[in-house]
Amino acid sequence: MTAARERSTGQAKVIPIETAPSWTPNEGDGAGVGAFASMLADAVGGALAGRLGPVAESVLGKGWEGRAANGLAFLRRRITGDYEVDEFGFDRELTEEVFLSALRPLAEKYFRIEVRGIENIPAEGGALVVANHSGTVPLDALMTQVAIHDHHPNRRHLRMLAADLVFVLPGVGELARKAGHTLACNEDAQALLERGEVVGVWPEGFKGIGKPFADRYKLQRFGRGGFVASALRAQVPIVPCSIVGAEETYPMLGNAKTLARLLGLPYVPITPTFPWLGPLGAIPLPTKWTIQFGEPISTDTHPPEAADDPMLVFNLTDEVRETIQHTLYRLLVQRRSVFF
Amino acid sequence: MGKVVLVTGVARHLGARFAERIRRQPGVELVVGVDVEPARDAPTEGAGPLAPYVFARADLRRPAIARVLAEHDVDTVVHLNVSATNPGAPGRAAVKEINVIGTMQLLGACQQSTTLRRLVVKSTTEIYGSTPRDPAVFGERTQPKHLPSGGFAKDAAEVEGYVRGFGRRRPDVAVSVLRFANIVGPAADTPLSEYFALPVLPTALGYDPRLQFVHEDDAVEVLRLAALDPARATTNTGTFNVAGEGVLLLSQCARRLGRPTVPVLLPALGWVAALARQTRVTDFSPEQIGLLTHGRVVDTFQLRETFGYQPRFSTPEAFGDFAAAQRRGLLPPERLAAVTDRLTALLGPEHPTRTDRS
Repeated sequence: MTAARERSTGQAKVIPIETAPSWTPNEGDGAGVGAFASMLADAVGGALAGRLGPVAESVLGKGWEGRAANGLAFLRRRITGDYEVDEFGFDRELTEEVFLSALRPLAEKYFRIEVRGIENIPAEGGALVVANHSGTVPLDALMTQVAIHDHHPNRRHLRMLAADLVFVLPGVGELARKAGHTLACNEDAQALLERGEVVGVWPEGFKGIGKPFADRYKLQRFGRGGFVASALRAQVPIVPCSIVGAEETYPMLGNAKTLARLLGLPYVPITPTFPWLGPLGAIPLPTKWTIQFGEPISTDTHPPEAADDPMLVFNLTDEVRETIQHTLYRLLVQRRSVFF
Repeated sequence: MGKVVLVTGVARHLGARFAERIRRQPGVELVVGVDVEPARDAPTEGAGPLAPYVFARADLRRPAIARVLAEHDVDTVVHLNVSATNPGAPGRAAVKEINVIGTMQLLGACQQSTTLRRLVVKSTTEIYGSTPRDPAVFGERTQPKHLPSGGFAKDAAEVEGYVRGFGRRRPDVAVSVLRFANIVGPAADTPLSEYFALPVLPTALGYDPRLQFVHEDDAVEVLRLAALDPARATTNTGTFNVAGEGVLLLSQCARRLGRPTVPVLLPALGWVAALARQTRVTDFSPEQIGLLTHGRVVDTFQLRETFGYQPRFSTPEAFGDFAAAQRRGLLPPERLAAVTDRLTALLGPEHPTRTDRS
């Protein structure tokens, strides 16, 4: 957040008020909107400059003008469409200023995430982060994105590979694309890795995230190893990632299978609080999380064609899976309690 | 002996511009334009000697085209008459007939021709479809999850199929298939430009598609390069995606145009489109809705590296050029920017106003 602001003020240019762009209110259509906005601007500005100035300072804190100016500059870029998205629809500015800012309190204050081994994610170039999936709602994936961005010295963005259900759902799919995520398929994974992005994958998929509470921290099958093949082809290291704490956020006691089938969802969780408490039951339990990034497993010792060797792919998949599972057991032994 | 280039679809804007451009190409001896009617507004830009131009009035759906090919000893055919709409054909059935039957007749004539050396066919990236289950970026080799089920996209897929068949039967003819993204320009006449001309843009609620554009100047230039012998170390035979670098979201397009958007539920968008078709406001086909819901982005690596052409306009630049020629929207971006700048200025002179990051 602060880094983004520093960057943006670095680019800023002071222009005197006299030369600030202005417009005459009587030209063509849309003048009504403009005139109204101008009136509003004058009223708000006048009030803040006059009597309300000291009040605003006491309420909003010192330096509120600077923050307001930054906010207005952000607003200006957004409403005029003057920002960039990449081919996958990743909107860096929106992600940094809005999405990550919204998730940060959850990561820092609510789950108090402890991040270990961030140095295992390379400073630059592609890497494939492979993690365990749990918690019925993919909070673990979002928290990993926040953790990598906030703790990595180069503030790298995690580009996640998500299930196709995410992109079928209206709203969710739009947000996921803007936050930098894309469909879990070989083409996209490879394209992102070759562009030198950090790509995150949760190969257990719905089997992992929707498993009953009794099976917590037991890794499920790792798909068909497609992620290993992509890493081999792109010649990027695989970083195993173990997430402890997410399993207990929504302990899934049962699955409303009929309802799930009706809604076209892979599962509908029944937890001690959901659906009994209604919307309140959707609040995750405040567990204490640890995200551990393990030693990278290099793939450049094999030629890119090795991706077509099923035996090698299976062996590497198993190696990654074992590493994550053992790290999970170690972290669980070290953990004092679920909530502290 | 110079080249004799036959161009189909010269009644359309792109065809007319391309015919004009290729006439200025040194080494071109004669340009034959084919369509059911001559171009209404023949562009006359640029300078330099013009190769002679012959307009042959012919309906591609009839075998008369073979006679035109033989009469002028044509060695290069540029087939641009594959379009979503056609000024000479009001209904969808007629458009389909012109696209598919027209191509079959043309290819049949080409197969008979002894002088033909090169065939260039305009196709579209629409053949990749638009679904949420497809990869984010389509390469030329990507197989779409669902083949287009109808409309122009299906025509284009069928046309490409016939062109592949022709390529197998006449291996001595160099065949290029150019899959264009949405072509925009100050005077483009495509269904998408009609959509963007609406005062208020209906969009699908909960979706913000990624769009790609190619400027018509780039489109003409790519066609020109494809119609000529390839430059050193490049090859212009094969299938190529043609699109400007970069991506714009639909919301971004709307904001840059200054047009408000009205998000509607996806099924309702279908009704709006049907209503627009009925009332002839704009031709809003189901494929267009697919594009405006899920978007489509193609990889242009082959165009840049193999074909050897770097589009001069990126997607945002191409769209900017298009937007500049449009009527002002209800929420012009410069006016909104002026409001925020004014607010910033009111905060006090020590707070910098951020200017455009240009």
